[in-house]
Amino acid sequence: MENIYLIFIVLLAAFLGFELIRKVPATLHTPLMSGSNAISGITLVGALAASGMENDILTTILGTAAVALASINVVGGYLVTDRMLGMFKKKDKK
Amino acid sequence: MESVALIINLAYVLAAGLFILGLKLLSHPLTARKGNMVSAVGMLVAVVVTLLDHQIISYHWILLGFAIGGAYGAWKAKSVEMTQMPEMVSLFNGYGGLASLLLGWATVSQLSTVGFSGATSFVLITVILTLLIGGVTFSGSVIAWGKLSGRMNAKAVIFTGLRELSVLHLVGFFVVGYLFVTDPMNPVWLYATIALALSFGILATISIGGADMPVVIALLNSYSGVAASAAGLAVGNTILIVTGLLVGASGLILTNIMCKAMNRSLMNVLLSGFAKPVEAAEKIEGEVKIMAAQDAFYVLEAAQAVLVIPGYGMAVAQAQHAVRELQTLLEENGCTVEYAIHPVAGRMPGHMNVLLAEADVPYDQLCEMDDVNPRMENYDVAIVIGANDVVNPAAKEMKGSPIYGMPVIEAYRAKTVFVLKRSANAGFAGVDNPLFFKDNTRMVLGDAKDTINTIIREFGDD
Repeated sequence: MENIYLIFIVLLAAFLGFELIRKVPATLHTPLMSGSNAISGITLVGALAASGMENDILTTILGTAAVALASINVVGGYLVTDRMLGMFKKKDKK
Repeated sequence: MESVALIINLAYVLAAGLFILGLKLLSHPLTARKGNMVSAVGMLVAVVVTLLDHQIISYHWILLGFAIGGAYGAWKAKSVEMTQMPEMVSLFNGYGGLASLLLGWATVSQLSTVGFSGATSFVLITVILTLLIGGVTFSGSVIAWGKLSGRMNAKAVIFTGLRELSVLHLVGFFVVGYLFVTDPMNPVWLYATIALALSFGILATISIGGADMPVVIALLNSYSGVAASAAGLAVGNTILIVTGLLVGASGLILTNIMCKAMNRSLMNVLLSGFAKPVEAAEKIEGEVKIMAAQDAFYVLEAAQAVLVIPGYGMAVAQAQHAVRELQTLLEENGCTVEYAIHPVAGRMPGHMNVLLAEADVPYDQLCEMDDVNPRMENYDVAIVIGANDVVNPAAKEMKGSPIYGMPVIEAYRAKTVFVLKRSANAGFAGVDNPLFFKDNTRMVLGDAKDTINTIIREFGDD
């Protein structure tokens, strides 16, 4: 039952994603991609458990490496997207 | 459900809501920056509440990983040039894929310490999927990064047996995957899965040429999200599943937009390395008319409406700031200036928009192709800077052309067209762009940045 419930979530999330992103204008496609990089860093949440649960040494090393890589995406992704979006300006009304 | 688990799950629902709201705000330039912040807050909520989990008992490894990754990510975000965004996004796609792969591996390693007790085949199958998608994303992104950054030849690498080798990989996945699920204690199947995934990622990307890179980056972006989602299924974490799929959907939509803009199917792009080269199209007849930059100035001085059509060449020549300066001069002269941006201009979706935004061009002057084409006759001058295929009339006129049917910016319908191009070498014999031969087209030869600066100086002398 648990697995069916997970697959149900998969289905709903996929549809929601399509509906949301379809409305993003072409002008913002690059920030959308770097922002997606940041969001895909959510792997960090899964990696925290593997890194901090006092497992055997191999699991801890793999988990810590995953934490580091996902952190690159989270920190770098959000910062670069913010930097980029700060450049988009509307025409001054003179 | 115990209270800690309940709090964590409620916080995950909140985080997912914030991600969704953030993406919704990203659909307009005015609110996009706020959307990114909202999404970042969602991430913070998800991470902080996960750390509350009482199963996590040591924090020093977590801190070490976060410090290293965070510092590198922040440095990269601050130092990257906007022209290099395609490489950076590609590299980050790869990091995302590798993080998911390692998480999948860590899950196996953790399960092996307890003799895989409680590991259902659902868990094992999702682990396999995580390793597979994560591995393909990682190695594919590294190749894409190499091609985009010029560390590798951007040409498609094709050799005999490529197709057979790819099919062999697919068969291999099923065999090794089955063996892993039935015999998870044997680490050979784990390593074989990872090795197959990495080699398949390389195989799938080296055969794709530089001009198709926007499609590849968008697709790998999608994969990096799907990999996170698969990892979420493997470790049973709903926030990973939902969030990963939002990214997966986003990448897939962009991929689809890019393919449509090239009038090709995704399969056609992915398998382009296998296709026979297209037969030479009809001969283009006519004469190329060359104009000096100084003379181009007189035409621009008299123009009322100018359209700028940028392409990857503008990024290479770093001409965007000079273009912006020219725009100011033209506007002071009473002329309107607009930019027409083709969906596949540049090396990633929206690349030109970011470069022009960096040069202070207001986003409401950046127009989409379908918006500009019906009004093309109204423009006195269309300036094509470093673009080629996206303004090629062969897409409409020449049935034999490899790009026939692709939607293009119909620059040739403007009253005058300036094509800024590096040189007229090779007598244009090999050039298959009939735009260069049109009666209303003038070629302005030289480095695009120098050409525009020359025109700017003429305005100053006036």
